[in-house]
Amino acid sequence: MSVLSVNGLTVSFTTDGGTLTALRDVSFDIPDQRIVGVVGESGCGKSTLINAILGLLADNGRIDAGSVLFEGDRELTRLGDNDMRALRGQRISTVFQDPMGALNPVLSVGHQMINVQYRSGRSKAEKTARAVEMLRKVRIPDADTALSRYPHHFSGGMKQRIAIAMALMMEPALLIADEPTTALDATLEVATIELLKELQKDIGCSVLFISHHLGVIAELCDDVIVMYAGEVVERGTTRQVFNDPRHPYTFRLLDCDPARQHRRVRHLPTIPGEIPDLRQRPEGCIFAARCHRVHDACSRTPSATEVGGGHAALCWLADIPETVKVTA
Amino acid sequence: MSGDPVLAVDGVEVTFPMGRPLLRPFGRPNSIKGVAGVSFEVGRGETFALVGESGSGKTTLARAINGLQPVSAGSVTFEGQRIDGLGRAEMKPHRRRMAMMFQDPVGSLSPRQTVGALVTEAFRIHGTEGRDMRAETARLLSLVGLPHDFADRYPHQLSGGQARRVGVARAIAFNPVLIIADEPTAGLDVSVQGEVLNLLNDLRERLGLAMVIITHNLHVVRHVADRMAVMYLGRFVENGQTEAIFAAPSHPYTAALLSANPEPDPDKARDRIALPAEVPSLLARPSGCEFHTRCPWARAMCRSTPPPPSEKLGRVLTCHFPLAPGERPPERIGS
Repeated sequence: MSVLSVNGLTVSFTTDGGTLTALRDVSFDIPDQRIVGVVGESGCGKSTLINAILGLLADNGRIDAGSVLFEGDRELTRLGDNDMRALRGQRISTVFQDPMGALNPVLSVGHQMINVQYRSGRSKAEKTARAVEMLRKVRIPDADTALSRYPHHFSGGMKQRIAIAMALMMEPALLIADEPTTALDATLEVATIELLKELQKDIGCSVLFISHHLGVIAELCDDVIVMYAGEVVERGTTRQVFNDPRHPYTFRLLDCDPARQHRRVRHLPTIPGEIPDLRQRPEGCIFAARCHRVHDACSRTPSATEVGGGHAALCWLADIPETVKVTA
Repeated sequence: MSGDPVLAVDGVEVTFPMGRPLLRPFGRPNSIKGVAGVSFEVGRGETFALVGESGSGKTTLARAINGLQPVSAGSVTFEGQRIDGLGRAEMKPHRRRMAMMFQDPVGSLSPRQTVGALVTEAFRIHGTEGRDMRAETARLLSLVGLPHDFADRYPHQLSGGQARRVGVARAIAFNPVLIIADEPTAGLDVSVQGEVLNLLNDLRERLGLAMVIITHNLHVVRHVADRMAVMYLGRFVENGQTEAIFAAPSHPYTAALLSANPEPDPDKARDRIALPAEVPSLLARPSGCEFHTRCPWARAMCRSTPPPPSEKLGRVLTCHFPLAPGERPPERIGS
């Protein structure tokens, strides 16, 4: 069963320069107890996707089409404010890039950790015990005394771990993690990934993990979706997508990562060009202007081509793997 | 390296005072050393990378070189002249020759100035005699690969990569001999990161620049830097040729940093060296080898005696027990 099932989701914003289509026909599933990664660069619609799922789109944004089905029975795009509030933080929780933004600087950590349990029906003592238990799970030293301390008493890595503990306090069915390790040092980043993996197994939730760091996605995620200019251009298991990319954008993006080059190179590969203006989406394939495999068919919008085992790409040439390595 | 180094840093220390004496808790030191004695040289056409975790003193060191932060001990020699301790006015002619690129591509540009004004700002500060501003703008924009009509844009109209290019144009305005770039690729998309690094590499070759790059992204270091230094609590723990260090890190901290770099390959076996996450406070530096509190290889000697720096094949190392290539942490009972 899928925890979250997004189907044909299209989101647009009304701006001074016209209507901007931020997400177009986005479809993917987050299966039970799996970690799904979203890869994409600035402007690809990652944040809009999270906000649309959580019902937190800005006032000028609206869902034009599609559905977001949670646990098979709740349609999030049509859920009322009160029902949505009952889900957020309880069944669907989030961890963001900046842990300071998630923690109130003038309230003690314990105060906040007890507050997030307000719907649990537990007694004060139970809530406190649960807070301590969660702090231990995220390996905060001296968990009992940590409750009376304030966010500024903790280092950046510890604050992010506290934010994770708070997000998982209510044992949500879905954790949305938006670049949770981007602000952390490499050594802390890997420790945080290990921790997330462990807690996900422990609690048995699903995770939607958003990152632009390909290495982190490769290490943590079971499945991956690649987004470009508001469209899902490729999806599959992490192995399928990383080992056998079928969309030219995925192929080039992987090629660009300096971590993939194990020898010093004179010239690092790049993807020339820019994301098109989403107020005036070009006809046909959205990536055509920057694509090295562009041909006549690309003037028509490609449909998702299944290449086997749930692996699909939004490209006319998805069936034909790239045999020649392209260098920009 | 050919001839005299462009920049020579010798035993540089930077101290920060800690509060007013009477209000200070008893027994607490009256200052902390952000940079605790580092030495290195950079020659023409050479790139030197400073790597390390947050708080290791990379940015403080860069600011000390540039004179933005007073140096409390040691010397900074730039183009053969001592520049540490120089006053603002005396430093000014050197600043033209030594450009700084700060973190945050968009944040380091004034939002109220156009790109044209931003790239020629250095001329307005250092004098514009005999210069045609329009021609200079065009020259600088074309050097960094931006279209000329960008001169009329404001920073908020630029993407991260474009803003970074403007930052590079500003840095090279006066034909400097040295560029100090603090996290030049942080916050940029992977596909743009390469562009900026290629640009810096090209300019270094074409203009014979010396570069100091500060970054925590080790994958980037490998592609741009000839030599690198790994900083920990304000000191260099390992310092040498980039390729040699990547091939066989000798200091446990270097080895741990290299192993903590997730690679975009789901099949890659993760042979990670786990470090306790907490970095010691500069207020209470550990005894002996300062890394012993996190070092999986630490022995009794490491806790008591600070290791002296040793040099072998051009690599300077501060460790009692350097690692053999590929050495794994020992298994410990009860850990």
